[in-house]
Amino acid sequence: MTETTAEVTAVEEFAPVVEPAGGTLRGVGVSAWFGARKVLENVDIDMRAGVVTALIGPSGCGKSTFLRILNRMHELVPIATLAGSVLLDGDDIYGTALPITEIRRRIGMVFQKPNPFPAMTIGDNVLAGLKLTGRKVPNREQLIEESLRRAGLWNEVRNRLGAPAGGLSGGQQQRLCIARSLAVRPDVLLMDEPCSALDPTSTRRIEETILELKDQLTIVIVTHNMQQAQRVSQHCAFFLAAEDEPGRVVEQGDTDFIFGSPKDPRTADYVNGRFG
Amino acid sequence: MATTRALDAKPAPKPDQPADAARQVPRRRPRAWRWADIGEFAGSAASALLLTWLIFDRLLPFRIQGVAFVVGWYVLTLPVYWLVVRDGHGPVAAKDRLATVLIASGAALALSPIFLVVGYVTVRGLAVVDFGFLTETMELTGPLSEATDGGLLHSLVGTLEQLGIATLIAVPLGVLTAVYLSEIAGPLARPTRLVADAMTALPSIVAGLFIYSLVVIRTGWGFSGFAGSLALTILMLPTVTIAAEQVLRVVPGSLREAALALGSPYWRSVLLVVLPTARAGLATAVILGMARVVGETAPVLLTVGGTNILNTNPFSDYQDNIPLFVFNQIRSSKQTFVDRAWGGALLLLILVLVLFVLARLAGGAGPGGRSRRRKGTAK
Ligand SMILES: Nc1ncnc2c1ncn2[C@@H]1O[C@H](COP(=O)(O)OP(=O)(O)OP(=O)(O)O)[C@@H](O)[C@H]1O
Ligand SMILES: [Mg+2]
Repeated sequence: MTETTAEVTAVEEFAPVVEPAGGTLRGVGVSAWFGARKVLENVDIDMRAGVVTALIGPSGCGKSTFLRILNRMHELVPIATLAGSVLLDGDDIYGTALPITEIRRRIGMVFQKPNPFPAMTIGDNVLAGLKLTGRKVPNREQLIEESLRRAGLWNEVRNRLGAPAGGLSGGQQQRLCIARSLAVRPDVLLMDEPCSALDPTSTRRIEETILELKDQLTIVIVTHNMQQAQRVSQHCAFFLAAEDEPGRVVEQGDTDFIFGSPKDPRTADYVNGRFG
Repeated sequence: MATTRALDAKPAPKPDQPADAARQVPRRRPRAWRWADIGEFAGSAASALLLTWLIFDRLLPFRIQGVAFVVGWYVLTLPVYWLVVRDGHGPVAAKDRLATVLIASGAALALSPIFLVVGYVTVRGLAVVDFGFLTETMELTGPLSEATDGGLLHSLVGTLEQLGIATLIAVPLGVLTAVYLSEIAGPLARPTRLVADAMTALPSIVAGLFIYSLVVIRTGWGFSGFAGSLALTILMLPTVTIAAEQVLRVVPGSLREAALALGSPYWRSVLLVVLPTARAGLATAVILGMARVVGETAPVLLTVGGTNILNTNPFSDYQDNIPLFVFNQIRSSKQTFVDRAWGGALLLLILVLVLFVLARLAGGAGPGGRSRRRKGTAK
């Protein structure tokens, strides 16, 4: 499989470097609560630079919660609390070393439902992140084109950058959201079921985009689609929450290993669709 | 398992377009009214009319006319129509149609005062409204002048200036308050909302009295257009606040999250994403506030003074405005003055109409549209 070789090269490329170029994200002993209810317990995941990490597991086991903890979106819910730490290149993002806006800029996020800004044009949507972080855009045309190309959307919208973003199809909107995230040059890109609202063609485009991006930044993707996890990821973590218990990582490791010969029978059941 | 999502799966071939077949078949619109339905209703109404005539003119020992006749006609139409439809389409359809008629007549009843008022004001007002009505003042107009002499330029200028100043003060304050209520939702949000709600019911004369005693008397400023603006601001503020808050609330939370996830500080996400997204609704909120106060008489009665002379400076000396003009003219015993009052009322109506049209225009323009040119996107 090409992914395997790609992963090997990626690891070879990044492992010896003292400070990886992408962002290496590490969740250390992460637990999370909504009010009094604990939804996540003691999750340790290494998300290495240049590797696509997939988070899989049944609904409600805390994948989105974990992902939102990774760029401090979790705390937007008033009753949400957490324990443990998340290290971005060794710095705790919940510490005082980094300002929260800088953390969120460096760790971008693509949501399950496409959410382009409806009051902006396509071009402005791409640049929204720079405007929102108060940074100057030296040559906007170039950045728009580059971001849209990386998201695989350039050819479809090159002639209507001034049109409202709401006029795009769902799949195009999602790729626009990816372009928008890429324009601020994040080190990490978190994707929460980015294809769940999309048709197979758009899904394929986004998967291609992920594969193209994976050498440029760290990608963490939540997906319910086992084929997708196998196609795009090299590292895979299986979440599971027993009834009335918080979610835990049952097993994690190389994607080939998780899908090929997992140790835990529950993992095998889940990845083979025998869960329930 | 959904293996069709494989990376190399070809998109399914499109089914052949059945366009040719569809073109020959006449299109059916199951919910449209047919002529037969209209005929049924018209027939029922006609027979009920005759029945009413029979009862009122032939059977009753006394004569009742006018409103009672119409009411009787309406009341009789309902059972006749019900019987007709039940005969033709069955009891379920009959109930359905009857409900439709009842609801439609309810709506017509609710709308009729508006049309009556607008129609009456238009008819009375058109008699005096001409170009001179807009460009002359009452300075040189006496009891012996024609109704078409004189005008309300001084009042129009006063209204526009007072409304403009009130808007300039109330809109930023109102929108900021709305942002506080819906975006920041701090500990003061609940009491603030309560006060804003209560203030919408504030009697306008109280707002006038407040400014009268505080600004006009206490500071010694005297009557002025600006004092009127302040009184109007008090009335406008809660309306704008509540309407704007409601508009901000419907901005999807996912957009705020998207902005924050890009690394935006909270205030920037509000300024650059939430407010522009709610632009159309905010424009409506502003216009709602303006429309709320443009016709207020009580607060300006106590604060602007009222005059027949054009005074373009809102910050000193007496000013007039249109509601006040109407109020002062209609109290006169001279018919010419009363006629001018109706002209003023018509102009007030037109002003409100213009405001609403502006609101729609301001709200309707999308991104990249004509009214909001971006600086050189993709060009
Ligand atoms: N805002 C919230 N308030 C309270 N509880 C919440 C909130 N968001 C999520 N939860 C709870 O946290 C648990 C984990 O939710 P989460 O969204 O992380 O699941 P998930 O694994 O992403 O599920 P899915 O695959 O369906 O998206 C669930 O039991 C959910 O009910
Ligand atoms: Mg989820």
